[in-house]
Amino acid sequence: MRPMNVSSGQSSAAHPLLEVRGLTVALPEGADRSNAVEEISYQLHSGKITCIVGESGSGKSMTANAIMGLLPKPHVKVSAGQLLFNGSDLLARPDSEMRTVRGADISMIFQEPMTALNPLLTVGEQIAEVLCKNGPLPRKELRDRITKLLADMNLPEPETLQDSYPFRLSGGQRQRIMIAMALALNPKLLIADEPTTALDVTTQKQILHLIREQQKRHGMGVMFITHDFGVVAEIADHIVVMEKGEVVEEGSVEAVLNSPQHPYTRKLIAAVPTLDDHASTTPSEVPLLSVQNICKTFKTRSGMFTKKREVNALRSVSFDLHEGEIIGLVGESGSGKSTLARSVMQLSDIDSGKIAINGEQIGSLGQKLPSFIQFVFQDPYASLNPRRRIGSALTIGPIHHGVPKAEAISRAREMLDVVGLDASAMDRFPHEFSGGQRQRIGIARALTMQPRVLIADEAVSALDVSVQKQVLRLLEDIRLKMGIAILFVTHDLRVAATICHRLLVMRKGEIVEEGPTREIFENPKSEYTKSLLEAVPGKNWHKPVLEERV
Amino acid sequence: MNRLSYLIGRLVKGVFVILAIGVLAFLVIRLVPGDPVAVIAGKSGAVDAEYMDNLRQKLGLDQPLVVQLGIFLKGLVQGDLGQSYRQGAPVSAIILERLPATLLLTLSASAISILLGVLAGAMAARRRGTWADSAIGTLALLFYATPLFWMGLMAILLFSLVLGWFPAFGMVSADMRYEGIRHVLDVLHHLIMPMTILGLFYMAVYARLTRASMLEVSEMDFVRTARAKGLPESYITRRHILRNALLPIITFAGIQAGHLIGGTVLIETVFGWPGIGRLAFDSLLQRDYPVLLGIFIVTSAMVVIFNILTDLLYTLVDPRIEVNK
Repeated sequence: MRPMNVSSGQSSAAHPLLEVRGLTVALPEGADRSNAVEEISYQLHSGKITCIVGESGSGKSMTANAIMGLLPKPHVKVSAGQLLFNGSDLLARPDSEMRTVRGADISMIFQEPMTALNPLLTVGEQIAEVLCKNGPLPRKELRDRITKLLADMNLPEPETLQDSYPFRLSGGQRQRIMIAMALALNPKLLIADEPTTALDVTTQKQILHLIREQQKRHGMGVMFITHDFGVVAEIADHIVVMEKGEVVEEGSVEAVLNSPQHPYTRKLIAAVPTLDDHASTTPSEVPLLSVQNICKTFKTRSGMFTKKREVNALRSVSFDLHEGEIIGLVGESGSGKSTLARSVMQLSDIDSGKIAINGEQIGSLGQKLPSFIQFVFQDPYASLNPRRRIGSALTIGPIHHGVPKAEAISRAREMLDVVGLDASAMDRFPHEFSGGQRQRIGIARALTMQPRVLIADEAVSALDVSVQKQVLRLLEDIRLKMGIAILFVTHDLRVAATICHRLLVMRKGEIVEEGPTREIFENPKSEYTKSLLEAVPGKNWHKPVLEERV
Repeated sequence: MNRLSYLIGRLVKGVFVILAIGVLAFLVIRLVPGDPVAVIAGKSGAVDAEYMDNLRQKLGLDQPLVVQLGIFLKGLVQGDLGQSYRQGAPVSAIILERLPATLLLTLSASAISILLGVLAGAMAARRRGTWADSAIGTLALLFYATPLFWMGLMAILLFSLVLGWFPAFGMVSADMRYEGIRHVLDVLHHLIMPMTILGLFYMAVYARLTRASMLEVSEMDFVRTARAKGLPESYITRRHILRNALLPIITFAGIQAGHLIGGTVLIETVFGWPGIGRLAFDSLLQRDYPVLLGIFIVTSAMVVIFNILTDLLYTLVDPRIEVNK
């Protein structure tokens, strides 16, 4: 039994599907601000995709949770405002009634498809939970309906797929299952919270296409939360920009993307990397790092329950990295990028091939290796020991390698200065810094070893665009000032375009294409590179030229 | 590799584990001060040197330790655990006679502790931070912290002596020779107290584990998905949270089942339960090495078997762990 009688097609532009009116969500005491969102108002319409854009902490997900009635109780609650769904206030409904709305009238999909499904239940069982919400269905009918739903999501073999467990499926497939589940009862509103952020670009493209297709077919309204203006350019009809809990700009996709008004929107758009920015440099003659024909095969032993499996992570990979050069290593997950980076760093063994630094074979370098190559990691939150002060994190490496303590400390101060942090950071703990600051600390830590080569493994992927831009600028500065060479591992071609001089495109352990960045982007030779470029979100959007206002 | 060859592999490894335990136990027992011959001779009141030498020879205790160990292992491989010093009967027969009583007690106590523990833990997790949560936590800790034998004695005092509800001692009413269903009911009547005490003691661990595990699982993304689907909270707790939270509990139960057999030494002694726990206690006092060793071997074999069963159970509960076709 539905609690309310919602007739479809009734809402038009004049009657919004959902109206957020003066919504304020209060945070518990001791949070960094008193309200997660403050008196925000906007409208979502049937038949439209509205993108809610903003950086982390802008309150976009909090609004979604408020609409779903899923705010973390009892600490976070709505303190003012209304959420008018087809004219009636969702906030006035008791929990039990909201439960019948969730998954039926309003449904939601999330960012992490890998963990969003219950590992112990089959795909079919999990979809059935939604279909049987209003009472059990006959087994045959249930199976048929699930099969049809899965087929609608363009999933292969829907009849047998419903008996699979999630762990057998890829991230993209799992997200399709999530969408199937969300659409099972023909909701009026679909809330998609960063649904493609964790996916590869080609998969992202397919999922965006699927969401658009389903939205048209069902005529539903979509609230699409994202931080990526490229994605916005691909999918949005309408845009709401949020900053620190407030709506700063709202308008049609053309208006906001092409002539943004609010300084924050302008700043965000200016920070979006595009395929048109190409860095270039004339590298020196000497290769600092030379990798020749390295191979690596992962073998899983025939363990307790599994057959032996072999994965060729690297198949005869070769490249040279010159002084002062930034090489981009791009490819989708599973292409072998990280294995290559780890092999160069000697964090994992290689089966065959040679790695040389400054002409010296890497094996003979022994203890000297760390001062040649340093690593900057992806997750600035996980890569610093939470119990160690920054000063200690920055000096422990050099001291271990025989640098006197006083010198190590002065070096650490100097490097903090290079990355734009105050020397007082030495006495503080990692949790006192933001993500961007921590990534700067991570870079400073690498630099205290006075390396010639930096390996940055997805070093800016976890950062908001504006912070991302600053860190990229910092890396470029460091390269210029110190002549350091950087191996820049990334899945984001737009970021690669901004900073890399040359690109190596990897697929299934092989380099399928390499060359100067400009050449690859303007004239890709391999089909794979073409498909990657084709999938870059927002590639048809020509970013307006905006002078940054401070 | 299929389930059968996996099972065979595990069993072979298990046999080696048991042999290793046998060697270790054999050596450790000999390190314990006390001469079995002196104890036996002392009991029979004839402590002259010649008699003791004869006895020593008869029991094979005059041989070098290595030779004794060899004889013991040879027998073990053939399934022969030797002869009891005291009772003159084969050790395997003595243990087999006592084993059913212990299995009945431990398995039923295990079941009770898991059932009550998981229920209490689940309740505490759902009512996290409320008085019910703290009450369950405190009660469980109380049972765990109180010495087992003392709880047993107090239970006997209250339920047998004062209230007269349950028999204080043994497994069957010695004066009644019940048959059939009456016999079963009589055993159950005797079983309730030791089983409950042992179960309550171990319940605490399961309650804590379940609570922690459920709270961890309830933070996971798929639980948020279930809520977004609009499923009822009690259903989410049962089907999504509890099911996933049970995985570590199964692991623990496998280990615990072995420990429980150790725990029965105390409880069997207090309640006069004729199992191998009390047999071990008696054999230790009498320096009856072969029986003691036999008990070690049998209990370690049970631990090994329980562990294999746990792993097999895992493949049934968690689809991610599977046997290849």
